[in-house]
Amino acid sequence: MKNLKKKITKIFKEFTVDEENLIPILQKIQAEIGYISKQGVEEIANFLRITEGQVYGVASFYSQFRFTAPGRHSIKVCLGTACHVRGSQNILEEFKRWLLIEPGETTEDKMFSLETVNCVGACALGPIVIFDNEYHGHMRIKSVDELIQKYRTEYETEREVDK
Amino acid sequence: MKKGNSIEQLEKIRTNILKSRKKNKTCITVCGGTGCQAQGSGIIVGVFREEIRRQGVESVNIKSTGCHGFCERGPIVLIHPKGIFYERVKIKDVEEIISETIINKKIINRLLYRDPVTKKKIVYEKDIPFYKKQKRIVFGNNGLIDPTDIKDYLALDGYKAITKTLQSLTPGEVIDEIKISGLRGRGGAGFPTGIKWESCRNTASDIKYIICNADEGDPGAFMDRSVLEGNPHSVIEGMIIGAYAIGASEGFIYVRLEYPLAIRHLKIALQQAREYGLLGESILGFDFNFDIRLFEGAGAFVSGEETSLIASIEGKRALPRPRPPYPTQVGFRGKPTTINNVETWANVPHIISKGVDWYSNIGTNNSKGTKIFSLVGKINNTGLVEVPMGISLKQIVFDIGGGIKNNKKFKAVQTGGPSGGCIPEDMLDLPIDFDSLNKAGSIMGSGGMIVIDNDTCIVDFARYFLNFTLEESCGKCVPCRVGIVQMLEILDLIIEGKGEIEDLERLENLANLIKTSSLCGLGQTAPNPVLTTLRYFRSEYLAHVVDKSCPAAICKNLVEYRVIPEKCTGCQRCVSACPTGAITGPRSQPHNLDPSKCIKCRACYEICRFDAIAGDAIIIRSKGSTADAK
Repeated sequence: MKNLKKKITKIFKEFTVDEENLIPILQKIQAEIGYISKQGVEEIANFLRITEGQVYGVASFYSQFRFTAPGRHSIKVCLGTACHVRGSQNILEEFKRWLLIEPGETTEDKMFSLETVNCVGACALGPIVIFDNEYHGHMRIKSVDELIQKYRTEYETEREVDK
Repeated sequence: MKKGNSIEQLEKIRTNILKSRKKNKTCITVCGGTGCQAQGSGIIVGVFREEIRRQGVESVNIKSTGCHGFCERGPIVLIHPKGIFYERVKIKDVEEIISETIINKKIINRLLYRDPVTKKKIVYEKDIPFYKKQKRIVFGNNGLIDPTDIKDYLALDGYKAITKTLQSLTPGEVIDEIKISGLRGRGGAGFPTGIKWESCRNTASDIKYIICNADEGDPGAFMDRSVLEGNPHSVIEGMIIGAYAIGASEGFIYVRLEYPLAIRHLKIALQQAREYGLLGESILGFDFNFDIRLFEGAGAFVSGEETSLIASIEGKRALPRPRPPYPTQVGFRGKPTTINNVETWANVPHIISKGVDWYSNIGTNNSKGTKIFSLVGKINNTGLVEVPMGISLKQIVFDIGGGIKNNKKFKAVQTGGPSGGCIPEDMLDLPIDFDSLNKAGSIMGSGGMIVIDNDTCIVDFARYFLNFTLEESCGKCVPCRVGIVQMLEILDLIIEGKGEIEDLERLENLANLIKTSSLCGLGQTAPNPVLTTLRYFRSEYLAHVVDKSCPAAICKNLVEYRVIPEKCTGCQRCVSACPTGAITGPRSQPHNLDPSKCIKCRACYEICRFDAIAGDAIIIRSKGSTADAK
């Protein structure tokens, strides 16, 4: 908790007390900490001298901000139009089926966070999935399971090495 | 330290850049747009650098440029000055390109583009049909310059429009030029840019702002991103000219967060423009101060609407407000503000440099210049195309786009994103400009063009857009917030096979109500995808409602999957493709499909279709029907 406060206070140093800075502050906190916690909302409200309701109202309006800690890997399924007509909905369903979570949620083991995005503009590669920052184009139903297993195996191997 | 304190100094810098660059020097450019980077072009540039050193051809230049537009064939590598075009270049090809093409001057046949019509290989970029019919003005320099180096832009006459403006034009004259040119806003509505600027200029105020709207939210449209990524200085130059004409001292570029590369290139470009005295105090020694700040959007489609965008920069929720007053009178911080789209700003330097006569000769009577479209979906040549206004849809889809993937049948093209509509086959001769698209019930929008074939269900497609606007509706006004939900519920019933004939009329009534009573553009246009599909593809709605069948075999509730035993060779490819184990059977014997396990994901169907051995042993057809739907 103290650690978090320290980090947030450091971020505040880059900004003036001005409501116009609310979104850039939220972005900076999310970039460094991974999400906007309840404590984060309180700290921002104190800093900008606005209500917590205002902070949360803005943060929850925009799809960028998340309020729970993200998983180890982020999976973004593109649901842009070009991907949609090439079957992205089925790809999303397959991820849901394997991970047992809905978009916006994180698996119980904190391994994967599933999200959807509205077009990343790499339409020639559709249907496309972005795994962390890696683009996986021309996705097929079967590639879903393969991708998940690949990342799980990598993790297991890492843990073995650590032991 | 500022490098350009006057126009003379800037010109001197330009002369020095040109002197230091030998003409006709061999230069390899690798497309560094997001599409090609997703296919690994970033690594390829590094491999080229290494290989150039290793093979000792250090005199050859290597450059990562902006998007070339032909995303389908990426990663794209061009060899200048001849313009040799290599497609789908992989790491292992690099060594050969250097040893064969650069050193031995030989063309590598394998990497050339093959024209699907004539079946002939094409060597030069300019001869490829995809590029031949285009008119690349805004996009013209994208493939030639390194967007992170202002010198490249200066070498191609960059920032000459601003020097011309400052030297010889009054702000009023700039506005006149833009008015006469006939430039209309490229963000969607097509409002005349000159009139917008004039209105802002004529509003008395101590301070004025300009904003570049780069919150490109339409799914399937990415031309603004490619301009920002590939030629950021052209947008900055347009904004400086605009600020001079309007009398603005501060500008913003509002970029969508999903575009990290555009943000990175813009940051570099803004910094360089400041270093060269093109932004900041006393620009090029004139009594004119102007600077630009970058604002990263936080993910909200509605913030593409101008009043919402302003609210967002002010640190609030992106809620629209009624107009008038327009932002040109009461905008950011309550001051007069001009908002234009990326492509609009990027057109401005060209109009000023080459003159209004040149510009207004391109296009149609009421829509001048070119427009960039992103041609995506079931099309052979996915990519960005810049064409003169007035070109027909047919030319775009078939001549430039190369027709439909896998030789399927064209069904419709959707323009204008979630605010637009579907245009059917019998309207393919429609000349594309602002007014003709409006007449057809669609809109130009930001330029997304999604091509669909008979495998796309039109009802599902309309639902897709409506679901999108539902998620993105800000919730401020009732017609949009509640009306769209109602429409979606009806569409869901139709898709599940529970629709009735009266539902179509209910949809139309609701749609018209939402269109006429919503607060902002999002709600006013949200019903367009449903309305146009009801108008041009009513029979497909009727099939769902009356026959309870989905002709495209997409709507899961209305279809079932079957194996045709006589056709099945038992190759087992579908068995391994099936994620749920619904298909079973030993090799070389017709397989079984267990409907209770089948999740209708199409994996087996697709693998069977494209497998030459089995052909079409798996079919999807309407429930209860005995005829083969597919």
